[in-house]
Amino acid sequence: MSDPILTLEEVHTDIGRYRILQGVNLVAPRGAVTMLLGRNGVGKTTTLRTIMGLWRARSGRIVFDGADIAASPTPAIARAGIGYVPEDMGIFSDLTVEENMILAARSGPLAEARRERIFAAFPPLRTFWRKPAGTLSGGQKQMLAIARAMAEERRLYLIDEPTKGLAPAIVAAMASALRALKAEGASILMVEQNFSVARHLGDHAAVMDDGRIVWTGAMAELAGDRALQERLMGLSLDAHGGR
Amino acid sequence: MTAAPGHNPTFAARGPAERLAEAAPFLLVPLLAAAGWLAIPQGSSWLTLTVSGLAMGMMIFIMASGLTLIFGLMDVINFGHGAFVSVGAFVGVGALAALDGLTGAPSPALNALALALAAAAAMLATGALGWAFERAIVRPVYGAHLKQILVTMGGLIVIEQLILVIWGPSEIFFSRPEAFKGALTFAGAAIEKYRLVAVGVGLALFLAMRTALRATRIGLIVRAGVENREMVEALGYRLRVVFVGVFVAGSALAGLGGVMWGLYEEVITAHMGGALMVLVFIVVIIGGLGSVEGCFLGALLVGLMQNYVAFLEPKLALISNIGLMVAILMWRPQGMIPVVKAK
Amino acid sequence: MLKRILSGDMPQSRALGLILLAILIGLAFAPFLFPGTRSLDTAARICVFVALAASYDLLLGYAGIVSFAHTMFFGLGAYGVALASDGMGRSFGALAAGSLAGALAAAALALLVGLFSLRVRAIFFAMITLAVASAVAVLFSQLSGITGGEDGLNYRIPRALTAAARYAEEPFLGMRLTGKVLNYYLVFFGALILFLALLRVVNSPFGRVLQAIRENEFRAEAIGCRVVWHRTAATVISAVSAALAGSLYAIWLRYVGPDTVLSFEIMVDILLMVVIGGMGTMYGAAVGAALFVLAQNYLQALMGAAAEAAAGVPGLPLILDPDRWLLWLGALFILSVYFFPTGVVGRLRGR
Repeated sequence: MSDPILTLEEVHTDIGRYRILQGVNLVAPRGAVTMLLGRNGVGKTTTLRTIMGLWRARSGRIVFDGADIAASPTPAIARAGIGYVPEDMGIFSDLTVEENMILAARSGPLAEARRERIFAAFPPLRTFWRKPAGTLSGGQKQMLAIARAMAEERRLYLIDEPTKGLAPAIVAAMASALRALKAEGASILMVEQNFSVARHLGDHAAVMDDGRIVWTGAMAELAGDRALQERLMGLSLDAHGGR
Repeated sequence: MTAAPGHNPTFAARGPAERLAEAAPFLLVPLLAAAGWLAIPQGSSWLTLTVSGLAMGMMIFIMASGLTLIFGLMDVINFGHGAFVSVGAFVGVGALAALDGLTGAPSPALNALALALAAAAAMLATGALGWAFERAIVRPVYGAHLKQILVTMGGLIVIEQLILVIWGPSEIFFSRPEAFKGALTFAGAAIEKYRLVAVGVGLALFLAMRTALRATRIGLIVRAGVENREMVEALGYRLRVVFVGVFVAGSALAGLGGVMWGLYEEVITAHMGGALMVLVFIVVIIGGLGSVEGCFLGALLVGLMQNYVAFLEPKLALISNIGLMVAILMWRPQGMIPVVKAK
Repeated sequence: MLKRILSGDMPQSRALGLILLAILIGLAFAPFLFPGTRSLDTAARICVFVALAASYDLLLGYAGIVSFAHTMFFGLGAYGVALASDGMGRSFGALAAGSLAGALAAAALALLVGLFSLRVRAIFFAMITLAVASAVAVLFSQLSGITGGEDGLNYRIPRALTAAARYAEEPFLGMRLTGKVLNYYLVFFGALILFLALLRVVNSPFGRVLQAIRENEFRAEAIGCRVVWHRTAATVISAVSAALAGSLYAIWLRYVGPDTVLSFEIMVDILLMVVIGGMGTMYGAAVGAALFVLAQNYLQALMGAAAEAAAGVPGLPLILDPDRWLLWLGALFILSVYFFPTGVVGRLRGR
């Protein structure tokens, strides 16, 4: 972990009167996939939203590639090279798939090669290219959400539960697309509840509880230690997301 | 093309009912026109009224379009929008008076040039005013509807009073340039030339706006921002800057609407904008806050309704539009073309 | 005792208490403290507007709803008295029937507008009330056969309430005890009862639920408050109170017209009173209304004098013209919303 792309130091975030993040310390190494794990409601989504500047950290430092972005506005954080896939996917349903992609490629037109690569990973997007995104199925919307993050070269991807609520076949397609992204050497910080996806995709794991990171280490170590899983998350990941 | 394993892309075919529901708002305008045809005894009166209803609708659309986008994009409801209408009318009419060399000339081309210059002056003035208004009045109260309504209403009062200070307390009567006076006769109906001009300008503006919203990147940002502001920013766009642009453009359009309305009535007062806001609000509510298409259809409905009813029973003209609003909201509580909101 | 009359809502500030006491005493003894027709007229206006502003504050300050239809309800009450007196002849029965009819009409209309627009979206309420109120104002000035149109209606009220009635041979403390004085006390006690009733409403459990909804609609909904029901009920109570204040005004003036009781100017006046006095406190409405009516009566004269004094300076006389007094009020209004959102009362209570 000598070369982190993103470091959070003692980050506190309040939402209204509620203290959601209570001193998060997190390191995401460059060129690797870091899985953010934990039970529901422990602050995983809030952590990603705080990094994007969608919630303001009350205190603490968020260092992205050497620069503190904790006080930067959201557009500046995105421009610094972070691609974000929110939990609700954030699809513009009134716009066509194509228009969604045009917006995602902010710095210029979507390159031909990149588009073909996205079509190869997510064939339905080619089929429905000119259709309003609102008419896509849930799985297709999730594909579009990830494709949008891939529309440009990003230095870091923040992906919030990409397989949530999807049929198993679509989960497999999603996982293979994410593996391809990983194979290109992308840095990814991802929230994932589906353990089989998390175990196969993740290099590192960070487990949250009650607004703090309570364990960090190699994904393999966590995957191999059922007792640890149970202690950290109250249940065995194998029992939860196993095949 | 290899499909993902076990996944066959499908696209749910939409049934006729769904298609009808989508087309229904677009059918309302011809439907209302047909109802007018049945209610009004002479065909020629109907034609005259329909044209003036459309002209009125187009002008109200020009004033209302900015308001609806401003709300859609930033959830800002600007009760001071009417002030831009009044200021636009006074600046435009003032410019026309200064251009009497052109307005008085016997050439229609020079008359039209005078009109265009007056419209440009009005838009420039109200656009600049809109920029200042956004900075000074609206910016400190983002996200607080109650304060927004109060403060922008205060802004309306102050600007109306300043108009009285600058241009004097009485209304200003004037007449249109020669080329825009008089009427054409068509199928026995007298149709004022200026109303045709208003219909043409309104239609052109609507089409231009639609194209801009669909074919330009800024247009896409605006449409996406109406639906999900956060995500547009998370893609790296500074929506605040875009919003200021929309606010300025919307204010300039209100100014244009004001000049056109002033020329239509041939009299302007400081309170004309405030009074027109009643119709403008009805239009944006029945259209669906944030929807330009809805605003356009709503404006045409309101214009036609106002003219038909004013002919049949003058006292009920405004009440009939309240009735129209009630009927449409009973049918679709979010307006004819509801805008998808992420949150 | 006092605490019960005020529904437990004490002024909580010595200065505020003194100001309120001064207003109360000033109004209660106005016929004797400030003799003269014009002063009595001002005092009666203050009484009516205290009640009117308080009824508006129930909506704006406590429920957090912006309505632009408050003058419409005020006007309904006023026109109720006028039309009843016009149709039934001068009698106390006509005054009562007119007030009741106006209040019922206001309640019905408020119920309709409230159910209709609050159910859809709270932000619609401001726009829809603006549209409905101006439509009604236009209707009232066009139906000249019934309402007298733009000219309004002059009507006669019971002789016992006019200057023609004498109740004592000798002047008392320099004031002739005529029906006019009796009329004033009708207005004064009517307004006082309305104010105290509103004070009770906002300090009841109902009022607290309203404030909970204002603070956080979703949370209130989540803990089981019927948001639409409470907001609509607040709208109806506020409308009925406004209508009754309108009836008092009509009894005092013996005239109603669109400009006097229905115009948008009055709506702006009410907004200013509530905001400057302090939103969300009934006392704010009272202080705001008293200040505003006094300022309206005496400041305009001052502005006229200032405009004359500034005659040499270009531009200045124009903006100091008494007719431009709304310019200054508008600016004051914006500044108050920004810098004194809690108004005079909030300042005095140190918040």
